[in-house]
Amino acid sequence: MENLTIHDAPPPGAPQQGGRAGGPHIQQALGRGAPPPPQQPQQLPPQMFTTAAQLLDLTDKKLLICLRDGRKLTGILRSWDQFANLVLQSTVERVYATLPEATDESAVKGYYADKPHGIFLVRGENVLLLGEIDLDKDDEPPAGFEERDYKTVDQMAKERKALDRAKEKTKLKKLATLGFEGENIGEVLL
Amino acid sequence: MCAPSADERLRNSFFKTLIDNQVTVELKNDIQIRGTLKSVDQYLNIKLDDISVLDDLKYPHLSSVKNVFIRGSVVRYVHLPHNAVDVTLLEDATRREAANQAQKAK
Repeated sequence: MENLTIHDAPPPGAPQQGGRAGGPHIQQALGRGAPPPPQQPQQLPPQMFTTAAQLLDLTDKKLLICLRDGRKLTGILRSWDQFANLVLQSTVERVYATLPEATDESAVKGYYADKPHGIFLVRGENVLLLGEIDLDKDDEPPAGFEERDYKTVDQMAKERKALDRAKEKTKLKKLATLGFEGENIGEVLL
Repeated sequence: MCAPSADERLRNSFFKTLIDNQVTVELKNDIQIRGTLKSVDQYLNIKLDDISVLDDLKYPHLSSVKNVFIRGSVVRYVHLPHNAVDVTLLEDATRREAANQAQKAK
């Protein structure tokens, strides 16, 4: 592990299923859209501080992935590369709708729903964060949230999002008149 | 993307001194995540352990998550613990780096 470069395949034994060949495969799949592979750095940081090393111990684990458009996916991470392009197995999208009047004390804070998807290849730039799911806690839904059918929750979440977006838009407009440029204009990250 | 520049290297080694400290990472979507800093790489991707979300009513999805990998491009701030930063050391390193740069430019 110590003397590997980020261009080396992960050591055998760690991500056996596809993890090994992940990098090049994903890059081919993404074709010309993908940024070119980085040149060999002259002075390599210690192996521990590379993207690859950070993702290595998340491989084959059940993860929560937050995307830039606000989607939350859970799935098993099977493959990845240095741009954090990811391959997920048994992906499930979970939507949350927090009730507008909910507070910390309310019994029902909101609803959630699941939608199974299967295998996903996620382009790295769309990833906000990856979280390893604690399998002990995974069986219980988040405290105060109840499951409803997907259509209802999705509708609620969309309405909420539209509301937030409108709010954000007025805020950005106001800021723009004061000479501030928002860093993510036109995009509400949730 | 190519060879890390001098200030990149400096920033990297600075973050390495903060490993195992409690930090709060604020993302561009206003989520604040507090946890133990585990590693930082060249893109400032951050790995945190034992995380807690500051406003978990608004962000319920992280309730069953124990550690996170945050993509560097979505980080707005990293709040550092005051006592973990050796300001004198950092200043010295920065001056040395600046001096090196000036030397090179000549």
